[in-house]
Amino acid sequence: MNNNEHKSLFQRIGSHPLLSPIATLLLLIIISSVVNPSFLRITWFDGHFSGSLIDVLNRAAPLMLVSTGMMLVIAARGLDISVGAVVAITAAVAALITDGTYGATHSGLSTLFIAVAGALITATLCGLWNGLLVVKTGMQPIIATLILMVAGRGIAQLITGGQIITIYYAPYFYIGNGFLFGLPFALIIALLTAIGLYVLLTRTALGLFIRAIGLNPVAAHVAGVRSRMITLSLYMFCGFTAGLAGLVISSNVKSADGNNAGQLMELDAILAVTLGGTALTGGRFTVVGTMIGALIIQTLTSMIYSSGLPPQVNLAVKAVLVFVVMLLQSNEFRNSMRAVLFKSGTST
Amino acid sequence: MSAPVECVLKAREISREFPGVRALDNVQLTLCAGEVHALMGQNGAGKSTLIKVLTGACPPTSGTIELDGQFIQPHSPLDAQRHGISTVYQEVNLCPNLSVAENIFAGRYPYHPWFKGGGIDWQALNQRAHEVLEKLNLHIDVARQLSSYPVAIQQMIAIARATNISARVLILDEPTSSLDDHEVKQLFAVIERLRTQGIAILFVTHFLDQVYEISDRITVLRNGLFVGEYLTSELDRNGLVAAMVGREFIMNNKSDAVHANSNTNACVLEAKQLTRKGQIHPIDLEIKQGEVLGVVGLLGSGRTELARLLFGLDSADGGSVHVDGKLLSLDSPHDAIAHGLALCPEERKTEGIIAELSVRENIVLALQARNGLLPRIAFKEQKELATKFVALLGIKTANIETPIGQLSGGNQQKVLLGRWLATHPRLLILDEPTRGIDVAAKHELTTAIMALAREGMAVLFISAELDEVLLESDRILVMRDRRKAGELPGGCDEQAVYALIAGQA
Repeated sequence: MNNNEHKSLFQRIGSHPLLSPIATLLLLIIISSVVNPSFLRITWFDGHFSGSLIDVLNRAAPLMLVSTGMMLVIAARGLDISVGAVVAITAAVAALITDGTYGATHSGLSTLFIAVAGALITATLCGLWNGLLVVKTGMQPIIATLILMVAGRGIAQLITGGQIITIYYAPYFYIGNGFLFGLPFALIIALLTAIGLYVLLTRTALGLFIRAIGLNPVAAHVAGVRSRMITLSLYMFCGFTAGLAGLVISSNVKSADGNNAGQLMELDAILAVTLGGTALTGGRFTVVGTMIGALIIQTLTSMIYSSGLPPQVNLAVKAVLVFVVMLLQSNEFRNSMRAVLFKSGTST
Repeated sequence: MSAPVECVLKAREISREFPGVRALDNVQLTLCAGEVHALMGQNGAGKSTLIKVLTGACPPTSGTIELDGQFIQPHSPLDAQRHGISTVYQEVNLCPNLSVAENIFAGRYPYHPWFKGGGIDWQALNQRAHEVLEKLNLHIDVARQLSSYPVAIQQMIAIARATNISARVLILDEPTSSLDDHEVKQLFAVIERLRTQGIAILFVTHFLDQVYEISDRITVLRNGLFVGEYLTSELDRNGLVAAMVGREFIMNNKSDAVHANSNTNACVLEAKQLTRKGQIHPIDLEIKQGEVLGVVGLLGSGRTELARLLFGLDSADGGSVHVDGKLLSLDSPHDAIAHGLALCPEERKTEGIIAELSVRENIVLALQARNGLLPRIAFKEQKELATKFVALLGIKTANIETPIGQLSGGNQQKVLLGRWLATHPRLLILDEPTRGIDVAAKHELTTAIMALAREGMAVLFISAELDEVLLESDRILVMRDRRKAGELPGGCDEQAVYALIAGQA
């Protein structure tokens, strides 16, 4: 970063942290279009864009949302493994409110507003709980959020009475199935969240503070950074984005499933964050990388489904991909590869 | 200080090259039996490399090492130890969870005499360990865990282990840097004993006082070159410093401080009955504008604890602190900074710098933290601030975007100073600002601080080096046993301070 002026353009691209995530995504898109020649075709249909690529973007939206929150928590040396459970809780709350249980009618948009607000407030409170456990009790983040990860599923099932609640309230479907300016509304939510976050990180001092906390929390505290307050807010934001994802998912499938909504999403989110180039040790993070990471995972999933391979293969392929990308990101591996290439280059 | 009798170790024409650097260039060193030999030089002079060469950790590119008339080529620390060269480092390399005796004899435990498979003969082990320590005049319980003893004792135990294994040459690499005055005395008593046993001792340190107190001869290195070998009695301090820094460097014999005993300026900070259980007994404190208040005391006397308490890093159990008449909340550094306090902490690496962030980011951090999230300091303004302090404090860095972790210790400390000066503090608290920094950088740093005090900033200056405090302070606060032992005017007699520290006043 510091010696940019001494490096050629080629070296700068070669050492750019977003190189390997972008390359991975492009590679997957190329493979996908070979497997499925119509993959890249985008048409205008029924007043919106349509095609496999749009479908991937739409389906990636919930993961993008959860990953942005996860990225911030990880950047501040934390971890939130309760996001999947928060997705389930949010879905259940939204379903319950649209159900008419709380006197909401199925006409008008006030119910939609109440459902969305109620769900997001619940999700943010979940984040507050996580944050308080970490900041006030000094619990290890993985343990603190494990509590809600386990309990959250139970809470979601209590709310839904152990049933899968079907949602009949039509305006709610727009969140996960609607289109705005020809693009999936869910994608727009995810993009707006990411852009808003990017602006917040670069136009305020939040980015510097998070990096300082992630790299050296003690020194940040001594320098006067209000690390507890910031960490708490990041957990709340993480809950909030999981809540948005819960809205999108439940709206998309028109139901709330306390057991399966958002299942294993915490792991996909951690994966997306890591694939994007954010350091799990804290302090280094990239919004763009995280979005690309989420897209990588969704592209891969869609590719396997459309290639005709049995869906069981999905997890194995995912594992191989993660292994390769992580290997490429590892400094030790890069150096040893460089040494091998350099040696064979000089000997010939 | 008997005349050296026999030459134990002769290193001649030692050179060591690293890719692109010549760390040692034709260096020589001669150690005699029963002699303490000081190895001096600034950071980067080649002291560590020379030690690594002698201990086999890093064999020389060229040159010879002669031990008792025989040429040796130690290829590992273990090998050097077999030849009779042992080293004790600044950080104690022992197992804190084992007992003292186990540590001394680790790897060489005595077994039960009549059946070997029967295990370790604990009684013999403890007995022998006891004898080894008695020889050094150390009377401690050898069965207790090593970690239950202070670092100074641990270091002496390390010395006991080293000299018990093999005892021709003992290398002490900055053994005193984490010890207080009393502990240093204890260590020196041990060294005296080893001297009478005819061991050749190589003593590496930054502290000039200690060199003159204990050593017989001095070898000085500079930039990997051999400057000279001197008899300690024939080289005065200015001469030694000149040899180390390579330029005529006159030590400040006269104080820069104002010594304004009759300082009538307004009070910047006033602490009343400030206390924290187990750390500081209730203490009253007053610092005036433009005043340098030195704080001295032994390790554990409450020096650092006082600084942390004032700054809100540890929350107080009782008492109050007013800055410019306004009450501090006492549990938040953020609040302390908002009221105009600043603290350069003792632990530069863990509590000060953020190694991966650039010099620029490290400088703006505290100012930005005081501003909060908004308004963010514009990038252009950040660059100006950083450039200004790099120039003002003479920070040596490739550019302002260099990660601070790549700078030398002295320059890191200057960046931290810049970080706080950027906030225009009313009171700057400096906790051991010159520790682990070479002589020249130390001088520059204290000069910069004192210039600031003259401009009206108050300074609370904590240091283990009494000379420094005596020279720079207007007033001296002496701490003992976690309470205020007394106050003395600046420029007072060293003995008066010693008396207060020791509690004989």
